[in-house]
Amino acid sequence: MIRVALLAGSMLAASPLAAQDHSAHGEKPASQPEMDHCAMGHLPPEQCPPKDRQEADKPTAGDMEGMNHASHGKMTDKSALGAALEEDIPARAFDGPRHAADAIWGTVAMESSRQQIVRENGGMTTGMILVERLEARIPTDGGEDGYLWDAQGWYGGDINCFVLKTEGEGKLGGALEDAEIQALYSRAIGPFFDLQAGVRFDPEPDGRTHLVVGVQGLAPYMFHVDGALFLSGRGDLTARIKAEYDQKITQRLILQPRIEAEFAAQNIPEREIGAGITRVEPGLRLRYEIMPEFAPYIGIEYEAEVTETADIARANGEDPDGLKAVIGLRAWF
Amino acid sequence: MVSFSRRNLIRSTAALAAASALPMPAWARGQSLTHAKNGFGEVSGEDIRLAIANHHFTTGSRSGHAVAVNGTVPGPLVRLREGQTARLQVTNNLDEDSSIHWHGLLLPFQFDGVPGVSFPGIKPGETFTYEFPVRQNGTYWWHSHSGLQEQAGHYGPIIIDSADPDPRYDRDYVVLLSEFTPMHPHEIMRKLKVGEHYFQRDMLTATEGDMSGEMRRMWGKMRMNPRDISDVTGSTYTFLINGHGPQDDLQLAFQPGERVRLRVINGSAMTFFNVRIPGVPMMVIQADGQDVDEVQVDEFQIGVAETYDVIVSPPNGSHAIVAEAMDRSGMGVASLTSHKGHRATPPPLREIPTLTMVDMGMMEHSGMAGKDSMGGMDHSMRDKSLVPGDVEVGPGVDMIGPSPMDRMDFPGLGLDKVGHRVLRYTDLQAKRMNPHRSVDREMEIHLTGNMERYMWSFDGKKFTAVTDDPIRFGYDERVRVKLVNQTMMAHPIHLHGHFFELVNGADHMHQPLKHTVIVQPGGTATFDLTANEPGDWAFHCHLLYHMHAGMMQVVTVRPFPEGGAA
Repeated sequence: MIRVALLAGSMLAASPLAAQDHSAHGEKPASQPEMDHCAMGHLPPEQCPPKDRQEADKPTAGDMEGMNHASHGKMTDKSALGAALEEDIPARAFDGPRHAADAIWGTVAMESSRQQIVRENGGMTTGMILVERLEARIPTDGGEDGYLWDAQGWYGGDINCFVLKTEGEGKLGGALEDAEIQALYSRAIGPFFDLQAGVRFDPEPDGRTHLVVGVQGLAPYMFHVDGALFLSGRGDLTARIKAEYDQKITQRLILQPRIEAEFAAQNIPEREIGAGITRVEPGLRLRYEIMPEFAPYIGIEYEAEVTETADIARANGEDPDGLKAVIGLRAWF
Repeated sequence: MVSFSRRNLIRSTAALAAASALPMPAWARGQSLTHAKNGFGEVSGEDIRLAIANHHFTTGSRSGHAVAVNGTVPGPLVRLREGQTARLQVTNNLDEDSSIHWHGLLLPFQFDGVPGVSFPGIKPGETFTYEFPVRQNGTYWWHSHSGLQEQAGHYGPIIIDSADPDPRYDRDYVVLLSEFTPMHPHEIMRKLKVGEHYFQRDMLTATEGDMSGEMRRMWGKMRMNPRDISDVTGSTYTFLINGHGPQDDLQLAFQPGERVRLRVINGSAMTFFNVRIPGVPMMVIQADGQDVDEVQVDEFQIGVAETYDVIVSPPNGSHAIVAEAMDRSGMGVASLTSHKGHRATPPPLREIPTLTMVDMGMMEHSGMAGKDSMGGMDHSMRDKSLVPGDVEVGPGVDMIGPSPMDRMDFPGLGLDKVGHRVLRYTDLQAKRMNPHRSVDREMEIHLTGNMERYMWSFDGKKFTAVTDDPIRFGYDERVRVKLVNQTMMAHPIHLHGHFFELVNGADHMHQPLKHTVIVQPGGTATFDLTANEPGDWAFHCHLLYHMHAGMMQVVTVRPFPEGGAA
């Protein structure tokens, strides 16, 4: 658990730094050695005919058969002796209008098609709604059956998007106990992680508002993780981390271990929360993907208030932990 | 199962269209559409007319919307003659812009047919006239370069007959490979973006796949899946030969003793095919429409947008032409038969290949599976110092191969261990001598991507980031271009308006000419280009959804207009 948290944290820290690393500029490992001879003196290329060298370097078709392992170095070296560097673009290559087609069809005629080709080749925005958990929860030691939802949706481009998250639970046939909704701006900060920031509003139990900052993404070994810090309007700092892993048993049958933990930086008496780790929920769900978008599941989940929060619960005569059977649906569209 | 997912598709595309508040096209509003014919007719002569329109299409148990040209899918065979002037009037009867790109043809760039690069596109209801001299012969094809229309059926074959008679064969057939899907292409794109591995039904599971726990953990650590062979698969595609699915019983007749030329064109959006005719060897005579020295093979892999012409002399009987999808999720089948009505039995699908460490740009050493390599993996799989400074290593780049090797001798995923002769790029040699030229300049282009986010680019920059920053060549400049594949997918890279020479080990006057080159996963491929066609040209990955995600750039050859040279 802690490892996952550390991992997410370090991803968050490392990625923006790494993205600004331009130190490698100008390095061109494969062809660098060849440049010394001709290109550095900017001789006209015709004066650097590398013909014999080229041929010597090139393996012939007949050589290929047996050499898969023997001579990688030889095979990868297809650099041309005496050729100019990539960035030494001849001046004539900059000649003429910015867009050649404007000279034929006119800028006005081309402009709208140019905007369209950008939209159609990399400028796409899209979105989805994922209902991660929509389930009935049946306590194994008796007690009232409950329900829970946990869903998120996003819309946007590859780097920036808008995210909505909501979750909550209550008693079947009874009142809603907990509910929250988060509205977040999400930005890709690395190949696998997004940094998210925004607000959270809890209609239940107490209508409280929080500021949110978190990271969500895919950790090594294919763990989906989602961790966030929450600062409430009253100055209380809490945190939550979720991690889950999909193990395919068959192409359609998927076992998902999942863990969620919550933390508080201080006591929050009105919510019966003590400082420290407050709640842990490990669970195991087995789903069957009738379609990838539609997968009913069954599972078990152990839900426990821990440390000081558990003491508070016990002092109030409540049971701080319990095992629940769950049955539900994972769906997206 | 099929009907189930189709119902869902209809629901979700309708919801999508409603949600985005776009006016729904006629076909989606349930208005009746005429049925497109499976397979194509032929148009030829001095004045050719083509009309693009919405249709309905059926193959086997799948049916749905299609964009047909002259009422057929694929559209008509455009038959030209070397030396003629082609005049092609294209009418767009869709309610969106359209276009036709003449794939592999040498022509003035303004008739190349890429909206936003070579011309403004063809507006709904408009007719655009393409006119250019035909300077070559061979087998080519045409397709839409607008949106994702190509997936929906907007493509067809081109044959250019040579000015001199060709005595090498007695009969010829087009074998145009493609896919049909009832799913709307935009919905496919959305599913690729949001539902990781949505179409893949052959992933490694706890019960399937022959891989040690250690290797599984290694792939997991990299957050990659070794069964990521094709993005879109037979789970939604029916693979077509000349518009006919496997159940449509396409037959190509021959007389025993005849030399039959098969013009194999991969006109699919996303599928590499393994092509073979069990029991019948194939003599390769052309690659991408250009003559090569004859090579006899039993099988070849054809990347998207490539063409190969082969000559076969089948014995009396019925022979299955098998075009098996690279990920083995289905096949296109036709019968080459000397007995009319007699259907050949295709062999069963072979097992899906599993990627190896070489496909991740690592050296092939058995030691890679060992414990030494595990620790260093974090650094070595995305080491920014291994790529030049002009490669932008951001969220769109999920891996940098530690040591990508030249893989032009690789026959293709899943074909490296079959027990018969398989074509490799290193087998190809130009039949005619190329002009002798030395290389003026060298460049490297890195093919980059992020499998999870479904982002694809060159040098880490999507088309949106380089719209005003083309790859620049001086007219008549000879440039050696090394394509470095920093992803675990094979990419068919296509340059418009030119043929480049593969630097494949053939002597430098006989390097084979191609318009499209496959860059194998985690490997490199190198070509020499003499940039002698002035203007702006598209340069892109020919996997349709990779291009749609941004794996494209403009190549410009200047001075333009040519007068500026003086």
